Amino acid sequence: MDHTPRQIFAMIRADMRDAVLKSNTPWHCVSCYYCTVRCPQEVHITDVMYTLKSMAIREKRYDETIAPDFSQSFIGYIESYGRSFEFGLATRHHLRHRLLQTPAAVPLGFGMLTKGRMDLTPQRIEHIEQLQAILSRALELEVS
Amino acid sequence: MAKYIFYPGCSLTRNARAYLDSLVAINDRLGIQLDEIDDWNCCGATEYMAIHTIGAWALIGRNLAIAEQQANGSRTVMAPCSACYLNLAKTDSYMQKDAKLNEQVNAALAAGNLHYSAGSLEIRHLLDVIVNDVGLDAVKAEVVRPLSGLRIAPYYGCMIARPDPEHRWDDVEHPMALDRLLEALGAQVIDFPMKTHCCGGHMTQINTPVAYDLIRRLVHTASEYRADVIAVLCPMCQLNLDAYQPDMNRFFNTNYQIPILYFTQLMGLAFGLEPEQLGFGTEFVDARPALRRIDIEVAVAETPAGDAAPKRVKKVKEGLPMPRMPEDEETS
Repeated sequence: MDHTPRQIFAMIRADMRDAVLKSNTPWHCVSCYYCTVRCPQEVHITDVMYTLKSMAIREKRYDETIAPDFSQSFIGYIESYGRSFEFGLATRHHLRHRLLQTPAAVPLGFGMLTKGRMDLTPQRIEHIEQLQAILSRALELEVS
Repeated sequence: MAKYIFYPGCSLTRNARAYLDSLVAINDRLGIQLDEIDDWNCCGATEYMAIHTIGAWALIGRNLAIAEQQANGSRTVMAPCSACYLNLAKTDSYMQKDAKLNEQVNAALAAGNLHYSAGSLEIRHLLDVIVNDVGLDAVKAEVVRPLSGLRIAPYYGCMIARPDPEHRWDDVEHPMALDRLLEALGAQVIDFPMKTHCCGGHMTQINTPVAYDLIRRLVHTASEYRADVIAVLCPMCQLNLDAYQPDMNRFFNTNYQIPILYFTQLMGLAFGLEPEQLGFGTEFVDARPALRRIDIEVAVAETPAGDAAPKRVKKVKEGLPMPRMPEDEETS
């Protein structure tokens, strides 16, 4: 983690926009919301981290690659099928970023398949065009 | 029969099948009727929000809009997955408080001929429904096989009690609902200090040493308290603690073997249902030794996963600081 959350907030206040958007710190947030419930000023810190991530993506300013790529692969499947697709996501992500660790992940993947906990094919919702229309409209609103 | 609009979420259709199976097996006994949201879509987990914020709210908004149309005799949407629950609850709550967000989400939904009136639904987690609507007395009345002697660590994870936009829980860091429910089943519930610490979330895919460390802290603490089982209420927590427990053991050269079970599976056992009806056998860390302690046999074929993992001993990595345990922990 490049900066502690406290440093990130100090950097935002100091208008260090580039350095903030390039920091990998928001990408290490797991959304546990401990900070949010403990902040005496009631700052929604987790939401700020999400906002920093989406700003970094929009401006392509991030140096970190694995986490943004994982999020983008994840949402790619949602945009195509309407549901998450674990098998596709796991294989794609391993091949792109964790090729050397792939053999070690085989037993886990094999177990998921044999235990019936993962499908080889995605589930598509019936009205995927409707969802895609909603998401395109949302994207227009976001960039405008 | 109390009717609930049901949002299963993607995990329950696949990796958390045991959660769905056990819920379906007990819902009659609890007087709960599940009315699934028609053609629901993914809630975006913790990923969509990282890429497009308005898109993420709209994605969740589609589910709320369909649920609102479907609301018929019930306005309560129930989600068994903590991430789904929080996403739905947070969207509803933020749309009520933020007029601009409300307008933007509905502008996006209009492209799909949908509309959601913020605040028209009540979003609740399955645990909340069981503890507060069904009630512990009704649960106790169904118990025919008390889980006496089974030491259970109640594990809530993060997103059920935090940030708690509608103030539904007794405490954001140390909730007690699951503790009370497991006690009603006759189990010996340990006072688990890590009950709302993070399971690692998506870190298993992004930074495995961090994920393994978070997983280790939970199973280590549970084993210090001599828990036989960790009870969970979220598919992400179950996946990380269960499927990655063997990998974590290899990474740290440890040998924790704590089964991770959905609280609904434990309820089903206490209600006298057979383990086969409750999704037992799909867990990576074998639950049979723990169940034998309370005289329940599970006839499940041996599966090679986990045991068949390549033997690769790594040197012990230095991890995050471990929590200190009281030396003289209460004995049973």
